Amino acid sequence: MNTVALNSHASALLEATERPHLVQGEQTFSAVTETVCGIAERPTAPPGFWWLFGFTACLTGLLFTLIGYLIVTGVGVWGNRSPVFWAWDIVNFVFWVGIGHAGTLISAILFLLRQKWRTSINRFAEAMTIFAVICAALFPGVHVGRIWLAYWLFPLPNQMSMWPNFRSPLLWDVFAVGTYASVSLLFWYMGMIPDLATFRDRAKTHTKKFVYGIFALGWRGSNRQWHRYERAYLLLAAISTPLVLSVHSVVSFDFAVSQVPGWHTTIFPPYFVAGAIFGGFAMVILLVVPARAYFGFKHLVTTRHLENMNKVILATGCMVGYAYAVEFFVAWYGGNGYERFAFMNRALGPYAWAYWIMISCNVISPQLFWSRRARTSPIMMWIVGLFVTIGMWFERFVIVVTSLSRDYLPGSWGYFEPTLVDFGMFAGSCGLFLTLFLLFCRFLPMIAMAEVKAIMPQAHAHGDH
Amino acid sequence: MSSDTHNDMHANETAPTYGVLAEFDDVNGVIAAARKVRDAGYRKWDCHTPFPIHGLDDAMGIRPTRLPWLTLGMGLAGVACALLLQWWTNAYDYKLNISGKPFFSLPANIPVTFELGVLFAAFTTFFAVLGLNRLPMLFHPLLTVSRFGRATNDKFFISIEAKDPKFNASATIALLQAAGAGHIETVMGPKPSATKFPGWLVIAASSVFAFGLIPLSLAAKARFSTSSKPRIHIVPDMDNQPKSRAQTANALFADGRASRLPVEGTIAMGDLQEDVAFYQGKQGDAWLKGFPAQLTISDALMDRGQQRFGVYCAPCHGVSGLSDGTVAQRAEKLAEGTWVAPTKVTEPHVIVQPEGQLFNTITHGIRNMPAYGAQIPPQDRWAIILYLRALQKSHETGVSDVPARALPQLN
Repeated sequence: MNTVALNSHASALLEATERPHLVQGEQTFSAVTETVCGIAERPTAPPGFWWLFGFTACLTGLLFTLIGYLIVTGVGVWGNRSPVFWAWDIVNFVFWVGIGHAGTLISAILFLLRQKWRTSINRFAEAMTIFAVICAALFPGVHVGRIWLAYWLFPLPNQMSMWPNFRSPLLWDVFAVGTYASVSLLFWYMGMIPDLATFRDRAKTHTKKFVYGIFALGWRGSNRQWHRYERAYLLLAAISTPLVLSVHSVVSFDFAVSQVPGWHTTIFPPYFVAGAIFGGFAMVILLVVPARAYFGFKHLVTTRHLENMNKVILATGCMVGYAYAVEFFVAWYGGNGYERFAFMNRALGPYAWAYWIMISCNVISPQLFWSRRARTSPIMMWIVGLFVTIGMWFERFVIVVTSLSRDYLPGSWGYFEPTLVDFGMFAGSCGLFLTLFLLFCRFLPMIAMAEVKAIMPQAHAHGDH
Repeated sequence: MSSDTHNDMHANETAPTYGVLAEFDDVNGVIAAARKVRDAGYRKWDCHTPFPIHGLDDAMGIRPTRLPWLTLGMGLAGVACALLLQWWTNAYDYKLNISGKPFFSLPANIPVTFELGVLFAAFTTFFAVLGLNRLPMLFHPLLTVSRFGRATNDKFFISIEAKDPKFNASATIALLQAAGAGHIETVMGPKPSATKFPGWLVIAASSVFAFGLIPLSLAAKARFSTSSKPRIHIVPDMDNQPKSRAQTANALFADGRASRLPVEGTIAMGDLQEDVAFYQGKQGDAWLKGFPAQLTISDALMDRGQQRFGVYCAPCHGVSGLSDGTVAQRAEKLAEGTWVAPTKVTEPHVIVQPEGQLFNTITHGIRNMPAYGAQIPPQDRWAIILYLRALQKSHETGVSDVPARALPQLN
């Protein structure tokens, strides 16, 4: 009697907590292949694709035109003036690098944690990482002014017989972002080799066969290859995990190691990393929600995937909110007048508008995700994702600009005013990001087919375990 | 076109057998068959699947790869390189003093050390997995089988190579049939003539290599030879600077000056001197009579006046103002004829002069006497005038004029 009651209770509990399948519907291996390859194999792009692509390509053209203008004229074309010598360029750099981090988190950390739901979105997120890092690297690249001397960033022998200063966080940044970009690219490409082989084997035209064939490197799906490949994938995931944490920590050192009030705080590394994951997941939502409807892979990227990401956004949003509060507490508790002023100035000074945009977007808007309905509604999550992306851009703006515009001497205070070039280059970097993304959607496997197939029920041998 | 004729030329050439390829429909089938092939003692064989299958490594008897050791080793090598690089560049080859901090200190060198360790490990992993898997291999006999295309889609294959010592066409096919293969076919390798390295590629590659050496050798020559010409300057961005140079017109401003003149009417700090009584000794258009209001007449001022008079005036006018200073005496002795004797301060026309006029004389000079305005500050000029008045008085006075408190000093 007792046992029966217990059993029925347990089964009810099981039913209540049972999770929906990661891949919905009765799927076969070839159906997955058809869905993913079908997108790239369509002879013509879906309606509106080239209009959208044309728009983003124009923005990209604007970006490179402005970069050319900047190179021949000088960095004075931006609004950067004394005392604000770091402004939108650095804001955009940190913004884009941060967005990239969600991709590595999904592909590496969730892989190590055996979160199988990542398989449907990891390729997508890794592509986002690569494109975001490209956008990020542009800004400090042109910020150096005389870009033909940018090789001074690297320890190369030169006519001055001098070497870079290895005790400077700016040089750490060169190594961190450079390593991150290289490792992300390797990780992304390596993960794509089996899927590129699928594309090669299904290609109908000679050109496609040739190009996909080159990039597939002759992959034959051999199990001796898979054995080493899987081990290599695990190793790269294990290497990328501390790497992604280190990269944004080093980015935060650019600020934290300096003496500027509002920058010189030890909370920066963890706070920056949490913010990066927060902003990056919001960007994944912004991209994947329209893409899965547009390209028709809702059964592969399911509501459960989206809900999981929204939970991460809620958690990291709370961490970021906590960091904002702790910064204020430490400014008061630390007893340093300049530090206290810097924070009062952020919330109540001339940039208060930016500060409160940041707080509303980053701390208040994700609280909607406590509600399951908001977490599972594509429209709601897209709107919150947009708010979070805006909020995270403003977070970097608040940190960089308010601290510089009013530091120690009131006589050298100022107010930053962006120029049209600032606006154009930021819009242009968004254009570049979306252009690369659209090309990726059109020509490359958006979903890791081999990985999705491997988590389907029929991929496991019966009675093997 | 050319490849067609190539094939025709060797049309009667026979291609060697690469091996056999068997197709399976599901995961269980391929695992079970793999166990049978393994147990039959084959060595040169493989399974081909669209995704990695859990348990297939065991079924095939694949030993763990040594990849992790390569990754670890090269990661540690990266760490060592980074430490060596940072020590050699910043602490040995060119000591860079940053705020007196240690040249080599681990905390500051950790970020770069970590990143390089990661970079080396990641590149090693990537290239090692390609190398160990013998990729890229853009041609493989299996890739010529049309059925094999589904190995990257939804079918599972086992291939056994003819090179395997146990390979025997009929026996091997029988084994695979017994293992439940759905379809079995023999795969032919490339014709021997097709595997020859094309001659034109050798020529093309070696000419590209030879041309590639030209810039390198030029750079090497420049590095190890001297030249009287300046170094090649690719971007001459700083050669033409519109900065100020001595004796040349400046291009930045219409008037050719390098620096701007102050705004008209600008007065330097402390140069305003709007108090005409104090700075010019005037009261309206007339000379000031008496002393400026802000001056406190005191013994201290008198003493200052006496001391300054001794420094600036006495050499000509004499210590007592009777024009018997050493300069005046020597000029009399030389009798050069151009000398105008200094005026005695006791002259009646000097006694009647207002203080303001005396101040003006000291400031701008008169006849032979030079202007002392640049040497003696206004306060001191007034002090000298105060002392002058005392000197004038002292020449026509008696003991009765001496204040009672000063009398003891006279005795």
